[in-house]
Amino acid sequence: MELTINGTKHEVDIEPDTPLLWVLRDELGMTGTKYGCGLAQCGACTVLVDGQATRSCVTSVESVARSEIMTIEAITEDTVGQKLVEAWVSNQVPQCGYCQSGQVMAATALLKQSPQPTDEDIAAAMVNLCRCGTYNAIAAAVRQAAEA
Amino acid sequence: MNDMSPIASEIMTSVNGKPFKLSRRGFLGASLGALVLGVTLPAARARAQAGAATIAPGSRVAAFLEIRPDSTVLFRSAFIEGGQGIFTAMAQIVGEELDVNPANFVVEGAPPGPDYLLTGGGRFTGGSMSVRMSYDAMRKLGASARHMLLQAAAARLSVPVAELSTEPGRVLHSASGRAIPYGEIADAAAELPLPTDVVLRDRADFRWIGKPVARLDVRDKSTGKAQYTIDLKVDGMLHAAVQHSPRLGGEPDVLQNEADVRGMPGVHSIHRLPGAVAAVANSWWRARMAVEALQVTWTEAAGTAHAMPADFSTEAHRAKLKATTGDGVAFEAEGDAQSALASAARVVEATYDAPYLAHGQLEPPSALARWNDDGSLELWIPNQAPEMFQAEAAKLAGIAPEKVLIHSPMLGGFFGRHFLYQTANPFPQAIHLAKAVNRPVKLIWSREEEFLRDTLRPMAAVRFRAGLDASGMPVALSAVAVGEGPTGRWFGRQPDKVDGSAVEGIAGKVYAIPNRRVGQVHVDDPAIIGFWRSVGHSMNDFFYETFFDEMADAGRQDPYELRHRLLADSPRHRTLLEAVAKLSGGWQRGPFTAEDGTRRARGVAMASPFGSEVATVAEVSLQQGEIIVHDVWVAIDPGSIVNPAIIDAQVNSAVALGLSSALLEEVVYVDGMPQARNYDGYPILAPDRMPRVHVRIVESGAPMGGIGEPGVPGVPPAIANAVSVLVGKRLRSLPLSKFDLRGVDG
Repeated sequence: MELTINGTKHEVDIEPDTPLLWVLRDELGMTGTKYGCGLAQCGACTVLVDGQATRSCVTSVESVARSEIMTIEAITEDTVGQKLVEAWVSNQVPQCGYCQSGQVMAATALLKQSPQPTDEDIAAAMVNLCRCGTYNAIAAAVRQAAEA
Repeated sequence: MNDMSPIASEIMTSVNGKPFKLSRRGFLGASLGALVLGVTLPAARARAQAGAATIAPGSRVAAFLEIRPDSTVLFRSAFIEGGQGIFTAMAQIVGEELDVNPANFVVEGAPPGPDYLLTGGGRFTGGSMSVRMSYDAMRKLGASARHMLLQAAAARLSVPVAELSTEPGRVLHSASGRAIPYGEIADAAAELPLPTDVVLRDRADFRWIGKPVARLDVRDKSTGKAQYTIDLKVDGMLHAAVQHSPRLGGEPDVLQNEADVRGMPGVHSIHRLPGAVAAVANSWWRARMAVEALQVTWTEAAGTAHAMPADFSTEAHRAKLKATTGDGVAFEAEGDAQSALASAARVVEATYDAPYLAHGQLEPPSALARWNDDGSLELWIPNQAPEMFQAEAAKLAGIAPEKVLIHSPMLGGFFGRHFLYQTANPFPQAIHLAKAVNRPVKLIWSREEEFLRDTLRPMAAVRFRAGLDASGMPVALSAVAVGEGPTGRWFGRQPDKVDGSAVEGIAGKVYAIPNRRVGQVHVDDPAIIGFWRSVGHSMNDFFYETFFDEMADAGRQDPYELRHRLLADSPRHRTLLEAVAKLSGGWQRGPFTAEDGTRRARGVAMASPFGSEVATVAEVSLQQGEIIVHDVWVAIDPGSIVNPAIIDAQVNSAVALGLSSALLEEVVYVDGMPQARNYDGYPILAPDRMPRVHVRIVESGAPMGGIGEPGVPGVPPAIANAVSVLVGKRLRSLPLSKFDLRGVDG
């Protein structure tokens, strides 16, 4: 099976129902995408599939074989992503940091679709869990990146 | 039970909010021999030196610092980073005295070793201890290293030391205009003896301590580069997943379909472990699929410590705690509460309870184990106490502790999750599996296995009685806490003594009530209980501070004003209470109508956790019976501070966790099994319920207190007190989501 990840093609030999998350992490060594719950509850595993924020823990690799997949590993190569990273740093968002790859990816999808999001747009898109409670800093960083 | 009892139990039961007293040990001076600052001098030599003599923890520069040729600093932290910002704090404190910008530090968790026993003679990251336990030692360490660099520069330039100064990262000889980067003299400095006396920088000259220095790990954590145990990989590594016995104490008997499972894709082998079965495979997903496909018959094993009873239910346990009578063993007594209650004009009584809680840190537990050819065992494990894990691993592996190499990666949240908890730690299984397959093994617990084996904040109930005089002032207060504390469970409980972790936050309160008694009735907790961010305070301050409002209401007094009156002789606390009132625009209890037309109320609470003082105000409304928390104001007095931005972030985090516990969280057991095995059944705070958080830091100059935990305890009572104003009744049990509050919207 061929996957297009961050603009590069990868050939993987894997059961087609394997979640994308574990192909990224164990087959391709891209561990920036995190496992949190495996049930699409927490969003730590969020990647972009054809620009859409997608929970890779419940997405079979087979279903994304013809899609463009973007992971946190390519975040600074993306204009919107780079802007968000700078906003994340400037707002000192992360604490433990474990959920932040997914948060940044969710924000990237949001700003690609709505470059000038309202607070309601941000609330509707930024639904990933953070046990450290960095939610206010996340929202501030998204607003800052949108204005940058 | 764990070793290190005297240290840890004393530290972790510092219920009075007073800082733990350390004996101040002097520097050992030159007798330890040469120090190593250079890049060629890593931890191995530091370890070798360590055996030579008695080590004053925190004193040997070589054990902590490597100044690299580019003048950046590799620093080995005694404390583990898990989001609380300790790596940055260490760089600020050491960098201030060493004269190196904290931004030029690379910080990692130190290996086990006597140099790092900075937490009251032991070592753990917890109890909000890290900065306050090590602040003086780390400043001296940085100053010692700077002193040695100056000596080396003086020799190199053939000038007196007195003519030299430093600026960040280099030594200056201003008379000749010459400068030497630290990196060029690090090796020479390393040959010099440790100074016996160093002068510390004046507080007024601090450039980094006390400033909102940027965290060192934020960029890596914003770009997916930060690595946690779960992300690590070593050559030849296999992946493992487990299925635990549904109830602790069960052992695997028959594996009905073992042969079929063995044939599943990528599966290397199937294993029986104490209380679990495991699958080892060439990827974790395959291991998980295999182990969850196993049809296991479990049998009860006799003699398992804390085996889970088959009929255990949280509902029954709560009823048992609430029905338990007696005054228990006294922990704190002042005056004569019994007589004062008997003669009081009015007596107020109430019983409160709080549920079990899971840690819910986002990184599921994991462990990577590798047996090396020289017989040593290497472990990469999420942990808050490397030496304790090393000792336990050595025991399990049957080798000497020094043959166990412990790596302590960044933690994906901990909140008390990563202490040594035996059945709640995956590393014993990883050690076993790596031995069995003769390959390195990384074991990850699925979120479902984590919910099955996480340690829980204990369940507790407290019975309060307060006596009021004719004017409504409290003259007596009696509290009896019923349950078991985690410190006693893990570090040894003396039957005739109260476990401080069961009563902290009920005892150690600051209000001037003349007759008080706090007692505890110990009741064994059938669950595997553990430390949860702010430990006993996380629920006890809820109990006390909400009962306080009951007292105020019974005496027809405003709860803020009553607190203020009872703190008349306690200026530090009164100042803090006034600070939070001011921060929130002036105290108003409500109910009042907000600009958006909603009916709102505010609640106030105070807490004295982990050496710091905290005052909290929350504003709430109700919408279709759901509690909405709009704003939380927190005034925190940790005495003195290192990084105000990190304090602000930690208070935000504490508000989120306190709110989550107040509104949503509850571990429920039926028939000895937890009903929730993932976040769908155990909701934690989502972003749409996060309030605005306003933080005011007050530096009273009192001895330095903790930061990681103190923001939590005031949040649940401030919220519950506000909700009670809106609904007109007291809510005496958590989480508040269990109450039907429909019909009282504003």
